[in-house]
Amino acid sequence: MNFVLIFLITIFSLSLFFYGRSKTKSISVEKNIKLNALPKFYGYYLVLWCSIPSLVFLLIWTLFEPVIIKSIIIETAANQGAIFNDKNEANLIYEKIKAIYAGTYFGDIDTILKESALSYAKFINLFTNSKIVLIFGIVIASVIYSLKKIKNNNKARDDVEVILKGLLFASSLIAILTTLGIIFSLLFESIKFFSVINIFDYLFGTNWSPQRAFVRDASAITAEEYEELKDAFGFIPLIAGTSFIAFIAMLVAVPVGLFSGIYMAEYASLKVRRISKPIIEILAGIPTVVYGFFAALTVGPFFRQIGENLGLTVSSESALAAGLIMGIMIIPYVSSLSDDVINSVPQSLRDGSYAVGATKSETIKKVVIPAALPGIIGSVLLAVSRAIGETMIVVMAAGLAANLTINPLESTTTITTQIVMILVGDQEFDSPKTQSAFALGLTLFIATLVLNYIAQRAVKKYREKYD
Amino acid sequence: MTKEERLKKRHSAEKRFRFYGLASIFLALLFVLILVHNIFSKGSSAFMKTAINVEVFFDQELLEIKNGASDDEILEADFFDITIESLIKVYPAKNVEEEDALIELFTTDAEIEIKRAFLENNNLIGKKINLEITASDDIDQLHKGNYPRDIPEDRRRISDFQLVIYDNLVENQKIVKNFNNYFFKNGDSRDPELAGIGGALIGSFYSIIICLLLAFPVAVLASIYLEEFAPKNKITDFIEININNLAAVPSIVYGLLALQILLATIQLPRSTPLVAGITLALMTLPRIIIPCRASLKAVPPSIREGALAVGASKFQSVFHHVVPLALPGTLSGTIIGLAQALGETAPLILIGMVAFVVDIPSTPIDPSSSLPVQVYLWSESAERGFVEKTSATIMMLLSFLIVMNFLAVYLRQKFEKRWN
Repeated sequence: MNFVLIFLITIFSLSLFFYGRSKTKSISVEKNIKLNALPKFYGYYLVLWCSIPSLVFLLIWTLFEPVIIKSIIIETAANQGAIFNDKNEANLIYEKIKAIYAGTYFGDIDTILKESALSYAKFINLFTNSKIVLIFGIVIASVIYSLKKIKNNNKARDDVEVILKGLLFASSLIAILTTLGIIFSLLFESIKFFSVINIFDYLFGTNWSPQRAFVRDASAITAEEYEELKDAFGFIPLIAGTSFIAFIAMLVAVPVGLFSGIYMAEYASLKVRRISKPIIEILAGIPTVVYGFFAALTVGPFFRQIGENLGLTVSSESALAAGLIMGIMIIPYVSSLSDDVINSVPQSLRDGSYAVGATKSETIKKVVIPAALPGIIGSVLLAVSRAIGETMIVVMAAGLAANLTINPLESTTTITTQIVMILVGDQEFDSPKTQSAFALGLTLFIATLVLNYIAQRAVKKYREKYD
Repeated sequence: MTKEERLKKRHSAEKRFRFYGLASIFLALLFVLILVHNIFSKGSSAFMKTAINVEVFFDQELLEIKNGASDDEILEADFFDITIESLIKVYPAKNVEEEDALIELFTTDAEIEIKRAFLENNNLIGKKINLEITASDDIDQLHKGNYPRDIPEDRRRISDFQLVIYDNLVENQKIVKNFNNYFFKNGDSRDPELAGIGGALIGSFYSIIICLLLAFPVAVLASIYLEEFAPKNKITDFIEININNLAAVPSIVYGLLALQILLATIQLPRSTPLVAGITLALMTLPRIIIPCRASLKAVPPSIREGALAVGASKFQSVFHHVVPLALPGTLSGTIIGLAQALGETAPLILIGMVAFVVDIPSTPIDPSSSLPVQVYLWSESAERGFVEKTSATIMMLLSFLIVMNFLAVYLRQKFEKRWN
């Protein structure tokens, strides 16, 4: 249906373009007046007026139609005597009603379902019809308006540009809408989660095992149940595991990345630089799932083998393997950023140091790096935020159980791993377990935001110092 | 310490420092090599499959159909008995257990393969033909040398008897290696020898196309606005801060966004390339806007002023002169953004693309997988045959990424104007 409507609107708009162009030409000949714009702009003007309002309306309507119909149908089903205790059952019944309407339901159909399916069909019809009527109304109204404007010889080029500028502005607003969408969707579920679990119990609890959290009815939890529940949602082991793996990753990435950044900025000839820089950047372009596969199937077993030979017990999902591979993934972020930062240290600082007899490495150690330090710290912080937000490597190579440990040979888990584990497969609506994934997401979002903010401030401050 | 000694020490410190730098670059390069070598050595064998030459006799007594039957009749017909009869003739079996062991050497789709051969030429009744029937995953891995023979029998998936048959078949040159068409044609399967990336390829293709269609125009329009039209005010600053922050938000958060808004609120269908494409578009948008703005910024103001001077409006100067000049940079930024989106896994897992999908999606609203998610799914499987399949999928994924990146570099170098 929507495609037919879009097609009709497009056809109509196109024909309006030619109509508008020739109409204004004939007006100018007839009345012997000078047009305020080239004839084609009158055509564009009509096209924009015909298509934009109707398409925007169609988009909004399509987005909200299913939601509204669903709430109406569930309500009517409830009025007819359908019984459902929570959102899950309501959803199930709604899916059944939809399947009956589509003719793909093969179970028993009782009278309530049948009635609901009939009213579903009725509402679908009603909505479709009113959609068509409204869209035609909108098209006709806007076309009449714009035709009137054209007849009065408006400044079509300027008017078209005003509309287009609005369109440009609207597309840049999508960034804000995305941010709002993220914040809204994370907060919405997190608030529900924190209404069950006290936020301090979440932040300072030392036990994470959401698979134990079976709650039938989240609104009526006894104190005893709560004691058990709060024991399942303790954030400490996750943040410990996340920072531990990120720490191992930084142990790899910072020295290697920093040294290669320094070498490329200070020592390498143009030729070496031109070859080695893109190759190192390949590391950033490899999908993380590839690193995860490599860590889980090659590095993990390799470490376990070495551990066995040395008489150590190494988990095949050790924090070490995940951290090491994550560190390698992050090398290019550290190296290219620190390369940039070191490059922008003014040459006069180096020349001053050489003038008093320092060697190149002494100059780098004593002059260049201290001067570039804020920028380097900024790039390391950006790398840290990359590390804690990284998902696939830890999902595939780190463990699932939340151990509070600082032994790199044992398995630990991370925030992102837990989000994936909770949300893969069937989810129960309105259970603290599902909501906890959103609370974790919110925590992660805030953490990376803060890190990025500090890092960008540091880099910016540093840049201003030497610009 | 004398002056000379001190100087010597300082110079050796200098050499050491330089060595550290060179060593870390080599370390990074070495790792790229190890990774690529590891993936290629594991994965290249997946492009071939092992097949066993079987003589099939289309016995009229075992078939319910006659020569010249229509395709529908053949599809309906039962080829099970013919299949069993043909397979157990490969090696003389003494009892039922041995016959079962024989049949286990072949893929579970042997019947379908025989039927397909019959469909191609339906005058085969009463005739004998030689067919190459795909071997089971275990034989496939054994033949490729990925399967250790020398471990005790109870820890092997292949029995001693089956090994004897295998050696006999090799001796009689009945085992052949063919191009693995299943790997490119089929969807996912529980049997490694039948599993393919056909579904994942189509799913990834749809997702990336949707991502391109949504992200590219919006990103270009937004960067034109911010770079050319936006007044310097708080709203503009706010939009810019937002874009920079969004580019750094972990991808999994976009998965949560899609789950809550696209699936729970708008009720788009789960596990589909449509939702994947929208999610990836939201994620890629800021990552495309940043290079787009840079390439618009690189166009010198004299171009704009020249256009304005001859009476063009602001819009005409931007769209007729600035945007075409910035287009190569814009396109290469978009391609790199899409390459990142192609390799993205975490948000797709959250929107349910991990579902086991056998059918190849025909529209963007059919449930589907995607290449990186297929890598994740297969890497979790226990069967040995999936290891080479996963590596081969990674090889496909990496070659797409390499092609896209080269395209981006080529576009930039070939068409971008340098303003000096």
